[in-house]
Amino acid sequence: MLLLLLYSPSTVNIFRMGAAVEIKKGSYKLGEMAATREAYGKALLEVGALDSDVVVLDADLSGSTQTKHFAKAFPDRFFNMGIAENNMMGVAAGLARAGKKPFASSFAMFAAGRAWEFVRNSIAHNHLVVRVCATHAGLTVGEDGASHQIIEDIALMRAIPEMQVLVPADAQEAYQMIYASLDFTKPTYIRLGRAKVPVLFDENYNFEVGKANILTKGNNVTVIACGVMVYRAVEAAKILKEKGISVEVINCASIKPLDVETISKSVAKTKKLITVEEHNVMAGMGDAIASALLENNISGFKFKRMGVQDKFGQSGQALEVLDHYGLAVSDIVLEAEKMNK
Amino acid sequence: MVFDKQKVEAKAKDIRVNSLKMIHAANSGHPGGSLSIADILSVLYFGGQLKYDSKNPELNERDILVVSKGHSSPAVYSVLGLAGFFPIEDTISFRQFGSMFQGHIDRMRVPGVEMSTGSLGHGLSNALGVALGAKLDKNPKTVFVILSDGELQEGSNWEAFMAAAHFKADNLIAILDRNRIQLDGWTETTMGLEPIKEKLEAFLWDVQEINGHDVSAINEAISKAKAAKTQKPQFIIANTVKGKGVSFMEDQVAWHGVAPSDEDLTKALQELS
Repeated sequence: MLLLLLYSPSTVNIFRMGAAVEIKKGSYKLGEMAATREAYGKALLEVGALDSDVVVLDADLSGSTQTKHFAKAFPDRFFNMGIAENNMMGVAAGLARAGKKPFASSFAMFAAGRAWEFVRNSIAHNHLVVRVCATHAGLTVGEDGASHQIIEDIALMRAIPEMQVLVPADAQEAYQMIYASLDFTKPTYIRLGRAKVPVLFDENYNFEVGKANILTKGNNVTVIACGVMVYRAVEAAKILKEKGISVEVINCASIKPLDVETISKSVAKTKKLITVEEHNVMAGMGDAIASALLENNISGFKFKRMGVQDKFGQSGQALEVLDHYGLAVSDIVLEAEKMNK
Repeated sequence: MVFDKQKVEAKAKDIRVNSLKMIHAANSGHPGGSLSIADILSVLYFGGQLKYDSKNPELNERDILVVSKGHSSPAVYSVLGLAGFFPIEDTISFRQFGSMFQGHIDRMRVPGVEMSTGSLGHGLSNALGVALGAKLDKNPKTVFVILSDGELQEGSNWEAFMAAAHFKADNLIAILDRNRIQLDGWTETTMGLEPIKEKLEAFLWDVQEINGHDVSAINEAISKAKAAKTQKPQFIIANTVKGKGVSFMEDQVAWHGVAPSDEDLTKALQELS
């Protein structure tokens, strides 16, 4: 009963072993352009004030990852580890062992790529709750080009036992995710982006680990997307609606654990599935979803994985690079039309 | 606490004997590097240098020991058993299916193990993290890490050496098991490490060099490291002999990761008795 009293409509309380973290909602307007990394920086500053156990590590990219705001406010709890990501992850594990709540940030290429084995052995194998908050993930790092465009991180991170893998679709979701992460009991990879994308969720949205959310209801085809591709899936659905194709768009922010129930129900209904991610189609979200569906006895559906088709990226403006690699709104429309012929 | 040299030496011998029994029973494991750190472990646990409570392994006031060379698990399990974290007799199940005593040390299974290690090059970073966390909490604990010499070839250690000095982690004491042998041969022919002392000093650590089998010297070096007022992390090069205590294992590359036969064990235990 006491717990119920703490509930208010504008907040969601998660209770675990007596600990409660109030997930605050971001003040974003629908359609406003914001990068998920910006929401991360904002939320990090706030949870830093909320919880003195929060510590942040960065590898000389605090200006880019947005940990700079926390660094300025809480210099004692901020560790700039220099350009040395392996040590950063090892130190983050040690800080967690000492009872701290570490957030370790770098570009996704270095956090998930360079430091993979440290995330695996120092953090995950030690069952230490470190939040690896990796920014500049995927093609939308843009101008930096292929060396920085990691399209393998979802695959790398979901392969680690017990590691949670989360990809927020917009600033609101990223913001709530950071609050929620204070209460996590498992190491977690949070994939954040550099590019500004439209805000899709208002303060009525409730992020929850393991839950996918249906953005538009539809009967003809299911489109499941994560990260920056979610707004494009929504755009595509609007166009398809005018063409008489009803699309069920699902935001799959929680890639691991996966919301098999929501996804299964939708695909069982539409019998057509398109997955869209700014990641290599190899071992990404699409593969995770397809495997889960088949294991859940959902079969006989048409299936297309949209993503990077096993190629390296290249320089260009974020959104134009996405377009080039077959991830334009029009590409989603085309695939859905093909499936519905 | 008065340093009881005889007791520490006796316990070091017990660590060696039990380690060899474990490896023999498992027919698998790493004798060389377990024997080389027996004296260091004994000084920490029985010489009064490491604060711990075997009945309350997570005691907040305890010191922390991270053993980065996780393959020296027989020595670690032996010292923890001798210190009362669990019955020492249990360690005979080492490396067997279902045993809590995994091939490389696992903190989720064995009380008293602070960090799971085994993949070389992690422990120093982990220990630094704990040290920085303790400093934030103004917890006066000392954080120890035992490093292998071969593992210094992993670049992450040098990232951590840099960072520990940068953050003035003077509550961190690294002890190097300088037994000069790694899996493929002598460290200096595999990938030369020397001059270690000068390298560490250049990385702004305080460095001492001692005989890693002289328990009094180990004890004094740790006391000196704890008392240092230089704001620097502390490094102790413990010159050791791989396979120390068993004549036919000493300085033999072949004994890095091979189990003793029945005959070898009998002979080894005779030498240690």
